[in-house]
Amino acid sequence: MISQIFILSSKGDHLIYKDFRGEESKDSINVFYEMVTALSGDQPPVVMSHKGLHFIHARQGGLYWVASTKTNPSPFTIIEFLNRLAALTKDYCGSLSEKSVRMNFALIYELLDEMVDFGYIQTTSTDILKNFIQTEAVSSKPFSLFDLSNVGLFGAETQQSKVAPSVAASRPIMSSRGEQYNSKNHGVLMKADIHGEIKIKCFLPSCSEMRIGLNEELSIGKSQLKGYSSAVRVDECRFHQAVKLDEFDTFRILKVCPSQGEQTVMQYQLCDELPCAPPFQLFPSVEKDYVNRVLIFLKLRCDLPPKSTALNVSITVPVPKGSTSMSQELSSPDQTAELQPKNKALLWEIPRFPGGAQLSALFKVDVPGLSSASLLEVGPVSMSFELPKQTCTGLQIRFLRLSPTQTGLSQRWVRYVTHSDSYTIRI
Amino acid sequence: MPYFGSEEMVKELKRALSNPNVQADRLRYKNYITKVIRYMTQGLDVSALFMDMVKASATVDIAQKKLVYLYMCTYASDKPDLALLAINTLRKDCADPNPMVRGLALRNMCNFRMPGMTEYIEQPIVAGLRDKASYVRRVAVLGCAKMHSLQPNTDIDGTIVNELYALLRDPDPVVVVNCLRALEEILKDEGGVVINKPIAHHLLNRMKDLDSWAQSEVLTFLLRYRPRSDDELFDILSLLDSFLQSAHAHVAVATLRLFLQLASAHPAVQADALLCTSAPLLATCGAASRELRFAGLCHVQQVMRSQPGLFGTHYKRFFCGYSEPTYIKFRKMEILVELVNDENVALVLEELRSYCTDVSPELAQAAIAAIGRIAQTYSEKCLDILTGLLALKQDHITSAVIQMFRDLVWFCPQSTAAVCQTVEACVDSPQDSEGKQALLWLLGEHGDQISSAPYVMEGYIDGLKTELSSAVKMELLTASVKMFLCRPAETQDMLGRLLHYCIEEESDVCVRDRALLCYRLLQRGVEETRKVVTGPKSDPSMSVLTGRQEEPISQWASTFNTLGPLSGCDLCPQTAVISAADQPSSSAEKELLPESTDVTLSSPDDTEEEISLSLGPPLSHETFEKMWLDLEILQRQTMGFPRPRTALDTLQAALQLVKIQTLAFTPGATVPWKAYIYTRSTGTLILAELLQGDQHAPGIDESLVVSVKQQPVNQHAIRGFVSILKGVLGDVW
Repeated sequence: MISQIFILSSKGDHLIYKDFRGEESKDSINVFYEMVTALSGDQPPVVMSHKGLHFIHARQGGLYWVASTKTNPSPFTIIEFLNRLAALTKDYCGSLSEKSVRMNFALIYELLDEMVDFGYIQTTSTDILKNFIQTEAVSSKPFSLFDLSNVGLFGAETQQSKVAPSVAASRPIMSSRGEQYNSKNHGVLMKADIHGEIKIKCFLPSCSEMRIGLNEELSIGKSQLKGYSSAVRVDECRFHQAVKLDEFDTFRILKVCPSQGEQTVMQYQLCDELPCAPPFQLFPSVEKDYVNRVLIFLKLRCDLPPKSTALNVSITVPVPKGSTSMSQELSSPDQTAELQPKNKALLWEIPRFPGGAQLSALFKVDVPGLSSASLLEVGPVSMSFELPKQTCTGLQIRFLRLSPTQTGLSQRWVRYVTHSDSYTIRI
Repeated sequence: MPYFGSEEMVKELKRALSNPNVQADRLRYKNYITKVIRYMTQGLDVSALFMDMVKASATVDIAQKKLVYLYMCTYASDKPDLALLAINTLRKDCADPNPMVRGLALRNMCNFRMPGMTEYIEQPIVAGLRDKASYVRRVAVLGCAKMHSLQPNTDIDGTIVNELYALLRDPDPVVVVNCLRALEEILKDEGGVVINKPIAHHLLNRMKDLDSWAQSEVLTFLLRYRPRSDDELFDILSLLDSFLQSAHAHVAVATLRLFLQLASAHPAVQADALLCTSAPLLATCGAASRELRFAGLCHVQQVMRSQPGLFGTHYKRFFCGYSEPTYIKFRKMEILVELVNDENVALVLEELRSYCTDVSPELAQAAIAAIGRIAQTYSEKCLDILTGLLALKQDHITSAVIQMFRDLVWFCPQSTAAVCQTVEACVDSPQDSEGKQALLWLLGEHGDQISSAPYVMEGYIDGLKTELSSAVKMELLTASVKMFLCRPAETQDMLGRLLHYCIEEESDVCVRDRALLCYRLLQRGVEETRKVVTGPKSDPSMSVLTGRQEEPISQWASTFNTLGPLSGCDLCPQTAVISAADQPSSSAEKELLPESTDVTLSSPDDTEEEISLSLGPPLSHETFEKMWLDLEILQRQTMGFPRPRTALDTLQAALQLVKIQTLAFTPGATVPWKAYIYTRSTGTLILAELLQGDQHAPGIDESLVVSVKQQPVNQHAIRGFVSILKGVLGDVW
């Protein structure tokens, strides 16, 4: 059972504090903050104890979401609950930030009051909660149709009618986080790990059944591969407990009655055998130029289809310790590159990278006291990027239907996005 | 955090709340109430507004009601007499036709934590238990538990307990789970709620209706149920089978724990369950939330204690992502070391090799340590990597590699020749004291195989005056004596110089004692010395990896899915390495030096305080300085007398006697005079500074000021430390 729940800003300001059992004084907030800030980077901060009181916390949106307890509960339960609380707050307030929590503190207190009683979790389902929540959300940013990230789902009617005039809309988001490792010698893929999920963000006030059709050729696991078609394959997938799967086996249709808010309908994973080439290929060459200078020549090719574009590509190349300065030759003016001596790395940023294109860059790094062994310190290269309109597995939403057909208009958005999580290339 | 002007603020709010114009305007009124709650959260004392807030509770606006109730629950215990005024409103709300209002009022009334509340809440609770709305019943059931916690020492009300047991059959799932929770608290002294066969089976059948939170809680309650027969057991297990694969990690893990416990007599079933859950566990290890990821990794580690092979094929899941925080990377490396097998060793090593050049020195050293541990099974491959790393010529890498060499030689004697060759070829020497100790140990122990050993050692002896760490000096003494035994001609001269310096000029008592010991041993003759100084050169039986035992599942099943695995094993690889690394030197010196034992002193001025200080591993100057700058001063105290006039080494020796280590001090006559000292006690590290200002300057107190810093904080230890310090300084003076 939970003794207290509090939310702190990164500077330690008290944003929300609720004591469920009256076992501990309010000082425990300060105790927690002192403990968490005193930790060094390599000490695990998730669970900390002070005089029989355990603090479990999660960091979301730059805030500390903390539960304290005197018993020995399941860490998974508490962590998932804190994450759920953060997700709900995001659903209601539109975004997670110190400002939005500050502005909506009355609403969050109300949520907590309904979610937890006497330290026991009562419910976290939006369907039940929305009947009890009376406070209206306050949006921290002015409303804009172009930026839907901060639109609260419930509460302020003004917002809702703006999002979806007359009726509402549902918007599945598909995202996958890729993790890949390449090795240089043969350009072989060492490890690929794709975590994907289908999320639904639903603004529909009333619940009706939604049918989501996925690619028919989708196969799950290794055994199900059929025919010669380029099947879309995932290793394993898991579904939200509300999803009905009776048509999934034959037609690959998910049936779900979405409740308002954001939900993860399906999570899937794919390891190692990618259906397409990894999005980027790097052809590096690292040479010792003459005394005290390293030449790093990087040729980077984007293997996406020509119509796609990768955004916000940034490449981090570790450089030998003691590098002092760098000169660079980049192929276009919108790219930037800088040397970060503190992280002993150089950072090359490309805002837009169209599919099929190839960019190259030459860096000359001055390293006083260079030895041939120093070249070992160059690499592995890591990249981060975002691929809009792209899924690594090839999983697609074939259709999205509401049945029985909603009277009036309902709008649908389907968005695909791939984020890199850890994309590393060995040199 | 109260700040100036808070009283003004409260007054202003009070004026506004009692202003009839404001009260008439609903929106403005509510705004002021919101403001009160905001200040309350920030820690301002707004209890003076209690009366006005009670008035505000009489409203039809539920949102406003909720805010006011929150306020009242917070301050009810401070203002019990005023809170009684609110009870009437609340009791009236308990009879409201709207179930939401009824539930809200009942819940908050039960949350008033003040004496004498029971008589007011008992009747509404009993009525609430029979309410037709499940929302009210949920609240009422937990209300019983709250009522019990208000007066924990009274007798248990049998009728309420019976009613709660009856409510376990309630159609609403949350009511059922709340009943379990309430009974558990009320019957705590009698061992909690009784899970007999009918209740257990009833709960099992309801599992499907419950939401995930309730499921994992019920699974925890079921842990105390013992099935009568194997048939019943397997019925239960097959009923729960699907939950092992639940999409919610907490349900899957709770089910696994139940499986492990119920099937403790059936190892095959346990193994199956572990296999089933390995997929959800692996999924949490890759979860987006890093806290969840960490919890998953810790539990994977637990499972691997019994089934090290279970995750062997999934080794790639434990490769570190570059954006992950360090504590997760450490955990992953630990797991990688554990799951290495013949198939994956090459790829795992290649991956670990790429972490060795990481920006963070801690991470790099941990990666080297991980390779060192794998080297105990796969020595050749690892030695190549470690040797390659030496070429990088970076202090922290060299030091870590040398330390790994020492451990490797100790655990796997067959790699000695290769290591000696590498050490001989290695030109630059480690700079930190741990690395130096490791190198000296290697030179001393295997001096016969390293031809350049005496010359390297001579370098250290020549640089003795600038050496700060006493541990290095002691290691140097032992190593030189060992070297003298195998290569007397080359060593004799420098050993003489070393002993002379350590006996005549060294201020550290421990070093001097060690030097005297060596000197006297040598006086007894070479054979005598050899008998004492040369211990075993290696101890393969201590190898952790090859001799690893698979623990029975019952060893850890009881702490599975609790906070234990997350907080208990806070040994990052770093500390694991150091503890393993301490082994050789200490065992080699066991005969030479009595183990430093803790000294227990009772402080003179109070009798109940007893605190034991110990020296522990020495701190380097850099670590001390870093910690000193990072930590806050916890206590500053004037000693009441000026600093001792005695010679400084006497002072240092006196402090050493009570296990306080002197790190540095300014020379005798300088003003202001400073000394930095440290010690360890019951798990904390205490750092202190002694400061004395100019005694002759007017207006400055001439007594000695001590400032204490500590990590982690333990006030008891500080008090003990200060009183011991006072005693010593007083005596010396």
